[in-house]
Amino acid sequence: MFRPRGADSRPPNRFHAYGSTALRAPSRPAVAIGQTLSETTGPSRLAGVPDTDADLTRNARAGGEPQGERIVVSGRVLDEDGRPVPDTLVEIWQTNAAGRYRHPSDGHDAPLDPDFSGEGRTRTDEEGRYRFLTVKPGAYPWGNHYNAWRPAHIHFSLFGPAWATRLVTQMYFPGDPLLGLDPILRSVPGEAARARLVAAFSLDVTEPGRALGYEWDIVLRGRFDTPPLG
Amino acid sequence: MRHPRFGRAEPGEEDPNARSQGEVPRPGQTPSQTIGPFFSSALLGRGRDTPAPPGVRGTRIRVEGRVLDGAGDPVSDAMIEVWQANADGRYDHPSDRREDAEVHGDFHGFARLGTDTAGRFRLETVKPGPVPGRGNARQAPHLNLVVFARGLLDHLCTRAYFSDEPEANAADPVLAAVDPPRRDTLIAVLEGARQAPLPLVYRFDIRLQGGGEPVFFEF
Ligand SMILES: [Fe+2]
Repeated sequence: MFRPRGADSRPPNRFHAYGSTALRAPSRPAVAIGQTLSETTGPSRLAGVPDTDADLTRNARAGGEPQGERIVVSGRVLDEDGRPVPDTLVEIWQTNAAGRYRHPSDGHDAPLDPDFSGEGRTRTDEEGRYRFLTVKPGAYPWGNHYNAWRPAHIHFSLFGPAWATRLVTQMYFPGDPLLGLDPILRSVPGEAARARLVAAFSLDVTEPGRALGYEWDIVLRGRFDTPPLG
Repeated sequence: MRHPRFGRAEPGEEDPNARSQGEVPRPGQTPSQTIGPFFSSALLGRGRDTPAPPGVRGTRIRVEGRVLDGAGDPVSDAMIEVWQANADGRYDHPSDRREDAEVHGDFHGFARLGTDTAGRFRLETVKPGPVPGRGNARQAPHLNLVVFARGLLDHLCTRAYFSDEPEANAADPVLAAVDPPRRDTLIAVLEGARQAPLPLVYRFDIRLQGGGEPVFFEF
């Protein structure tokens, strides 16, 4: 049994400042059901990950090196009780340094980088650690409102131990002036919860002479050791 | 090992997170954010389009449907994930420790599907068996589904049951928790009988908003 989703960290379906929710948010509230084997199990045998896929500065080279500022992004995947979540798949995708996705529907007028796909994946180790080497993504404009810009971010997808712990989210960078203006980040109800989406600069993670380091821990739902009564 | 940020107790120590002490609060969950429109090449493909590769034991089925928005327009940038039990009702996961149902070879139970410009998705798999519910209850065969898309700040969780299992559906505890008029939104409808080796085809549309919107669950 997993602890409930945190009310402060769960965005609403309909959030007026984020226009795409208008026609896509369900109109009725979710129906709460008790967890069964269908929710307490989940994908565990996902296809293996090649080692090179955590290094986005190398995994899509077409003869050169990606443009931009090299960074390390690392941290731990933990549950709410601080227990590491080992051997779980972590997938990321992001823009290149110029703020452009290598995706056919990204119409932003910024250069593509032939040496950078912006995709990576890895598995956490026994202590729940993950580590990516990449370049810092750029901010990009979007059509949500006049002069709307997404802050630089990296998309993350995690499974954790069960269907109930599935998480797709975004990591932001500290000190970005766009953070307070972003409807997607502001959709998270709690201020402390929003702060949990912002990585911390870390000199420990920084590689001398090579790449600045950012540290970001991801916290999934914890487990009740014994199922609550009722 | 003790993680400094969380102060987790070693065996024999008092748990600093214990509610009765009211001290260090539990670290909060990382919030959900939308998957956005640019996930497809990172997440789709990669050999994860069926929970049950060909040759796995069970009745082959195909589930076809469309994802539509509140205006009835196709959602062409959705991702649907599927988690299901095998034909014997066993999940391929360490928490399913039952001895009366076995794991089937290449069956792994998970798939990711994209939607096309018409919002269509198609799942090829085997029909799951009934799985245990809470207590002594038994759940009717079902697919666990989650929907991700631009405009969804959090993923939406639903289930697809099967129209040719009326008795099992009538006894299913999760369907019983749903208002009777809305139960049909959770039923994949069998479209005409096919003869083996053709798969049985079911239809399951997902209208994200408005009339016919399926019941979304939280758990
Ligand atoms: Fe993005």
